[in-house]
Amino acid sequence: MAFEFELPNPNTVNPTTTLSDADLVRRSASSVPEPAKKLTPVAKLIDVSKCIGCKACQSACLEWNDKRQDVGVFAGSYDNPADLTPDMFTLMRFTEWVNPETQNLEWLIRKDGCMHCEDPGCLKACPAPGAIVQYSNGIVDFVHENCIGCGYCIRGCPFNIPRISQVDHKAYKCTLCSDRVAVGQGPACAKACPTHAITFGTKAEMQQHAADRIKDLKSRGFQNAGLYDPPGVGGTHVMYVLHHADKPEIYANLPSKPRISSIVEWWKGPTRYLGLAAMGVFAAIGFFHHLVEGPNKVSREDEESAKRLAGGRSAQS
Amino acid sequence: MTAYDVEPGDSVHPGDPVTVDRYTGWARVNHWITATCLVLLALSGLALFSPALFFLTDLFGGGQVTRAIHPWLGVILFFSFAGLFIRFWRANLWKAEDGTWLARLNAVLTAHEERLPEVGKYNAGQKAVFWLMSILIIILISSGLVMWDQYFYGYTSIEQKRIAVLVHSMAAVAIICVWIVHVYAAIWVRGTVRAMTLGSVTGGWAWRHHRKWLRELVGGKTS
Ligand code: HEM
Ligand code: SF4
Repeated sequence: MAFEFELPNPNTVNPTTTLSDADLVRRSASSVPEPAKKLTPVAKLIDVSKCIGCKACQSACLEWNDKRQDVGVFAGSYDNPADLTPDMFTLMRFTEWVNPETQNLEWLIRKDGCMHCEDPGCLKACPAPGAIVQYSNGIVDFVHENCIGCGYCIRGCPFNIPRISQVDHKAYKCTLCSDRVAVGQGPACAKACPTHAITFGTKAEMQQHAADRIKDLKSRGFQNAGLYDPPGVGGTHVMYVLHHADKPEIYANLPSKPRISSIVEWWKGPTRYLGLAAMGVFAAIGFFHHLVEGPNKVSREDEESAKRLAGGRSAQS
Repeated sequence: MTAYDVEPGDSVHPGDPVTVDRYTGWARVNHWITATCLVLLALSGLALFSPALFFLTDLFGGGQVTRAIHPWLGVILFFSFAGLFIRFWRANLWKAEDGTWLARLNAVLTAHEERLPEVGKYNAGQKAVFWLMSILIIILISSGLVMWDQYFYGYTSIEQKRIAVLVHSMAAVAIICVWIVHVYAAIWVRGTVRAMTLGSVTGGWAWRHHRKWLRELVGGKTS
């Protein structure tokens, strides 16, 4: 029997905060000391097969993060808003898919948002020290005081998640409710989900829970049910149970083999080192050339020759 | 006289030493606006290029300002450089002697001017700097616009933006290297900087480095 996850209610008496700078394992454009003790990796598991598309998670997300999404326009689908925005960190993406084997219409609903990659491309691309951090429990968080609004995280992310606000020019995305997790709670979306399609716990617990769910789905004919925890980004701290795990793309283009783009790797790797080296070499060549060769001075004879050439002639205009 | 190399305003004034007008006041203003923009662009861009150089954002009043101002400086640079381009392109056309000059780069670097062909207003090195800057600025503005999310986010895909940032950073490295060569040459070859400050050079400088230009100016044969 598959078990259900009830998130514990918060301890309101002396809550202890567990996420601090001492828990950082990565910090953009800078380095952090190895943390003395590592937190247990956490994960959010989104069971797509249990989602009813009610958007309670979206509402809870807006509520907890104190964001408001402007009233939009109908864009031809149930997706509302039509895309992630700087205020909407999570979005139900609806796909109407005809299963070629059964000819059944399947309504696929995927809750999109930051995957909290173990190897986060956003953090790798970020040029601002400390604007993106990763905690030892796996949460990737944006630190808005340090964000400069360049949008490099958008280029780094394999999942097209971060959005830049046109109001304060800073990048926004799901925080995995790091502020709630820090005091022993689960994310707001998980708390709100009426079907427990969203669960939260340690990554090991979530993998176990997923395994049970997948067994159940397989027993009910979903031969390709599986866990989405893509190794290309080192695994993720937001995982999906998919009924068609062999075809992630059918779920509103969930990438089947996500990894940090090789263009980004080239940009942040060789281009940077070779670029700095090239500039240094050019400057050094100039310096040593001058040291060895001395200045290239105009001689007395040069001036005399010029005078002879120009001599007698009036200035030409 | 062929006059292909003489630009409006160039003229010779006899005296001791002979002085030769090389850049008009407007050409100099145009040049220094461009130079200022290029240096500020390099500093603001490098701040984002490497974490080791992020401190450069302090020069501009922080990361947000640096990020916001850089593309605007780029726009000024583009138009300012366009002004220089219109002024200088003709005198920078490649000539037969330029190949010979380049082939004897060794003599250039060891200051053996006597082994070099006589050249016009610009030598092959200066021409190379001119054309490289022109091409690189076009690459930088085109890739820069693709990266300018604040106004143009919706016009390109993320993949195109990734390519743009890679191209932009490589072109920036290249133009900074070209700039180092440009500035170094101006310092090493004494008597050059005054061309862009006072607007004139001495006759001896023109005789030593741009004899064909000097001959043309005094109305002699271009040999
Ligand atoms: C010509 C017009 C130019 C435009 C429109 C432009 C635009 C941009 C934009 C939008 C960015 C992203 C950061 C930001 O938003 O500020 C950027 C980054 C950068 N720019 Fe420019 N730029 C131009 C010229 C230049 C020039 C002339 C240089 C070098 C001298 C330069 C060097 C850089 C560098 C090094 C970066 C950082 C790239 C990286 O992070 O790897 N840019 N530029
Ligand atoms: S999904 Fe994107 S924004 Fe989230 S951690 Fe991964 S790279 Fe960063």
